[in-house]
This record gives sequence, structure tokens and C-alpha cells, in this order.
Amino acid sequence: MSIPLAPSRIRPAVAVGGVAVLAGALLAGVLVGPAGLPAASALSALFQWVPGVDAPAISDAHQSILFSWRLPRVVLGALVGGCLAMSGAAYQGVFRNPLADPFLLGAAAGAGLGATLAITTGARAIIGLAAFLGAIVAVGIAYVLGRAAGGRTGAAIILAGVAVAAFFTAMQTYLQQRSTDTLREVYVWILGRLSTNGWGDVTALAPYAVVSGVVIFAFRRHLDVLALGEDEAATLGVPVARIRLLLVAAATLATSAAVSVSGLIGFVGIIVPHLVRLVTGSSYRVVVPLSMIFGAAFMVITDLGARTVMSPAELPIGVVTAFVGAPFFLLVLRRSRRTAL
Amino acid sequence: MFRNRASATTLLVSMALLFAACASPDAGDTTTTESLGSPSVAETTTTSTEPAMPGYPLTVNSGGVTTTIAERPTAIVSLSPTATEMLFAIGAGSQVVAVDEYSYFPDDAPVTDLSGFTPNLEAIVAYEPDLVVVSDDIDGIVAALEGVDIPTLVLPGAQRVQDAYDQVRLLGDATGMISEAEALATEMESEVSALVAGVELTSEPLTYYHELGSDGGGSFYSVTSSTFIGEVFGTFGLESIADPADSDGFGYPVLSVEFIIDADPDLIFFTNCCGDTPETIAARPGWDSITAVQEGALYELDDDLSSRWGPRLVEFFRLVADALAERSEG
Repeated sequence: MSIPLAPSRIRPAVAVGGVAVLAGALLAGVLVGPAGLPAASALSALFQWVPGVDAPAISDAHQSILFSWRLPRVVLGALVGGCLAMSGAAYQGVFRNPLADPFLLGAAAGAGLGATLAITTGARAIIGLAAFLGAIVAVGIAYVLGRAAGGRTGAAIILAGVAVAAFFTAMQTYLQQRSTDTLREVYVWILGRLSTNGWGDVTALAPYAVVSGVVIFAFRRHLDVLALGEDEAATLGVPVARIRLLLVAAATLATSAAVSVSGLIGFVGIIVPHLVRLVTGSSYRVVVPLSMIFGAAFMVITDLGARTVMSPAELPIGVVTAFVGAPFFLLVLRRSRRTAL
Repeated sequence: MFRNRASATTLLVSMALLFAACASPDAGDTTTTESLGSPSVAETTTTSTEPAMPGYPLTVNSGGVTTTIAERPTAIVSLSPTATEMLFAIGAGSQVVAVDEYSYFPDDAPVTDLSGFTPNLEAIVAYEPDLVVVSDDIDGIVAALEGVDIPTLVLPGAQRVQDAYDQVRLLGDATGMISEAEALATEMESEVSALVAGVELTSEPLTYYHELGSDGGGSFYSVTSSTFIGEVFGTFGLESIADPADSDGFGYPVLSVEFIIDADPDLIFFTNCCGDTPETIAARPGWDSITAVQEGALYELDDDLSSRWGPRLVEFFRLVADALAERSEG
């Protein structure tokens, strides 16, 4: 009996399809919005640097909306989605746990506490920094405590993460309830949003996204080996503890940077890697790069929904990711003939 | 986290409603506000000899609540900052024994820790009031006070500018300061008329964007022309950019940045609630293309002036008139 091996290369059709979906999502994100800007004008304004394309006659307002508002927001969405999805894939691989998401080790609770501290003390200028540091501190504590308690196994680290998350959430909830005047602001931050800071957030997030992306991409083969089990991986010569630390650090860096600009956008990090797996098989050599691409596309599309469904008001994007993503995922799950995740 | 998020959604909605209600105390209960109409005073006895002087007991119908005031009140508790300002402006301040935590104007108002948002029956009764004034019947406080035989006057958030004048006169009737209240209301009306007459209307109506505050998610609460604040701006011939966005007629729609930039308002008004300055607003990405930003037509409004409908309403009109004068001078 032969064991069906998961394909370890991306099929060309899937690669082309993924890039096409992302390109389409980015384009739709830039061209569609509440402002009455004709898509054709927007398209030629975007590509006026291409020889043969004439700059269209669009108003200053539309010029601003296009280049100072929609474009940075769409790029930010792609970066955040890509970061969360690839971090989710890395966490799922490192801990061999299909329920893992980028917030597994307390990143969300830590970021929430950091942001709440900044908001309730009036230090609104450093909400992003506080969230970033909070996430890293929480995961750091969980990792150190887990290693100390459980030696080599990943399970102890996960449990430490659960405990740290509960503790940080308790502190966050206490602070939040104590300052009723900022209650709403804190809740809105927790729900997540793609910020409106122009290119500032994009340039802040991009270095972390690139560094973490390169690390996780470079070590995607090790995730496949770790999937066999910790002892088996060690037998095959993989320094399990060191690789795990490296990948968790990279995923945490990307996640912390993403939440520092976008708040706690859930669902993307757990669902996108599974979607990719259902379509292409479970090798991390395929799942990691495709999670980056589809995570980016998924976030851009859901943000488009968040911006347009209740236009000119906006929905919190965290609501849209779950509302759109959950049924879509269940549909794919049902259609899929694969039984194992 | 997901459990948190579900409750967060619920709380967000309720907080958004609360925020809207705070920013515009008239946005509370739509069923109440629809049945409002002008407050009316009915005389139950004919003991009074002067026709302009309703006597006691006095039956008052306001805010959908009918109440009977047995005699001239001498121990009033006001849980509405606007009503407090009106009471002191018509000379009934000496009849007031306690006001709520936000009634910090005028200075000599007897501020206590009483709350108008979460009214506490026992705390109110401790002041032994013979009249309580509230802006909303929150938590059934009117019925509760009726249960202990304390009359309650409901003066809801003004829907129209006229409501403000009517409420001043109504408080005059209720407190026995009828001629003082009439004088104040008449003075307010004539000062507003003078301010409006002093502003030259443009041939094309100017558009404005009034920012109540951020929704926390990158969008902003604003007001339409059909709100109380919108009527003040409308008196000067200004039109709100938020009008097309108010599909449910609530009056306080949330506007995305893209919508605001696209609407290209001629003037921007913002309240001093949230640490914004004309510079921080002008520096928002993409806002530099807005006419108001290019022409420097950004004006800060005092949060209290634009959210209360009391005697200082004239000051709100004056701020708008000054802004328009400043703009036309360039």
C-alpha cells in the first residue's frame, strides 16, 4: 500500500491563480469605494506612468482619495493579511496543532493590554508601539515559562500561552472597565481596523513583514519535518528547540507588527492556511507561500466589503473577516474530499 | 478571544448609541421624541387673577410626561446641564438645591455627584426636592419619583432651535419666573436674528462638515441639516455634507474619510473634545485636497456650546457667524 504524499511543489495553475486573485483583489480595492470616482478614470490614473496611458482629468479630491487614501490602505491590508496568515501557518506547523492561530501564545492579549494602557493613560500617540511591545512581551513570557516547565515539548508552551493570555486579558479587562470614558475606544481597537495613517503604517509594518516572511519562507521545509513529530524530527537531525524558537520569533514579530497597526483582526490567521491546505495539500512548502498570497488577498477583499457594504459608514473589519470567512470556509470544507486537516 | 469579540460587538453597538446620545442628547428614544410636540402648560385652577401668571397647582406636559406642580418650587434638583443653565439664567438659581455632575455652568450652580445618565432615586430624594428636572426619562426615573410624590419635568434634547426658547418659557412658568424667562427667550431670539442678519449669504450655499468625533475605527460621526446643530448652521445658509449619508434619518451618520474627501466641504467645524487642532486635521492623509483645508476654513467649537440648547445657544450662533465672517475676509 502506498501512502499518498502531499505534493511539495506548487502546481503552476495554483501559483498563477493565487497571484491573479491577489492582483484582482488589489485592483478592486483601489478602484471601488464610496466616492463617485469612475473605475476607468481611476485605472488610467493608476497606470499613467505606463507609456501610452494618458493621465485622466480627475479632481484633486479623487486624486487624494486614490493615492493618499485607498492605495496605502489596500497595501496595508495585503501586508496585514499576509503577515497574519503566514504566522498562523507557522504556528500550526511548529505546534502541530490545527487550532493554532497567530494569537496562540498570548499575542492578542498582550497587544490588547498594551493598547488599553496607552488609551486609558491618554498616550494615544504610542498605541501602536504599546500594542507591539505588549504582544512580544506576552509571547516571550509564555515561551520562557513553557520551556522552563515542560522541557522540550510544545504542549507546555501552548499551556503557558493560555495562562499568560488569561492573565493579560484579566489585567486588560480591569483597566478597561475602570475607565468607562475610554471603554468604547478600547473596544473599537480590539475589533480591529485598517488604519487611516496614509503610508506611515505601511512603512512601519513592511520591514517586519519582509524579515519574518523571509525567515518563515526559508524554513518551510523544517515545518514539514516538524510535522512528523518532535522525536522523529530530532532523529532526522533537526534541532527542534532552536528551529521552533526561530519560527515562533519570526511569526510573533510579524503578528505583533500587524496588530500594532490594525488591532486584533481574528480569523485570517487560522482559516487561510486551512483553506490553502484543503485546496493544495498539507506540505508547508506549499502552504507557507500560498498562505501569504491568499491571506493578503482575503484581507483586501474583506476590507473592500467593510468599506462598501454600509457605505459611507464602515464596518469593523474583524466582523467582516469572520462573517464572510466562516461560511466560505465551511463551504470549502464540505466540498473537500480530504478528511484530514 | 472570540468570546470577547462577540461581547465586544454588542458593547460597541451600545457604546456607539450612548455616544450619539451624549453628543446629542436628543438622540435617545425615538418613540418619545416623535410624540414630543411643543411643551404645553395647562392651568388646573382659576385662582390666579393675572392672566399671564399661571397659578399653582400647575399641570405641565413636556417630553411625553404630564406632571402637576403643587406650588412654587423652592427645592429644585436639576439632572440636566442645559436646564441648570436655563434655571440660573431666568433667575431661578436660588430655588435650585442640587444639580448633576455635569452641570458645571454657571459657576454658582450647586454641583453634586448626582448623575443624569444613571439617576439614583434615593440620592435624589435625599435633597428633598419639590421639583426634579431631567432631559430623559432614564431607567424609569419619572415613574419612580412620581411614586414618592415628587413632580418631574422632562425637558428633552431640542430637536429644533424653537424648542430651546419654548423650554426657557416653560421653566419660567414652572418656577414662577415668567417675565424673566420671557425676557431671556426674547433676547435670545433677537440676538440670533441680529447675528444671522449680519452674515451675507452666498449665492451658492456653502457646505460644511461638522465632526462630532472619531468612531475609533477611522470613520467620523457627523450631523445632518435636519438635526438641532444642523438647523443652527442652516440658519446661516450652510448645508451639511452628511445629508446624503443619513439613509435611516437618524441625523448623526458615520462618514468614512473617503466620503468626506469626496464631498469636499467648504468649511469644517470640530469640537474641542478629542485633542484635534486645525493642524492635525489638515495633516490627515488625503485631506489636503479639501477646499476647507486649502482655505484654512477649520473652526473649533466648544463641545458644551454645540451639545447644549440653553441660554448659551446664542454663543454657538456667534461662533458660526464669526467663522463665516473670518472666512469671507480670507
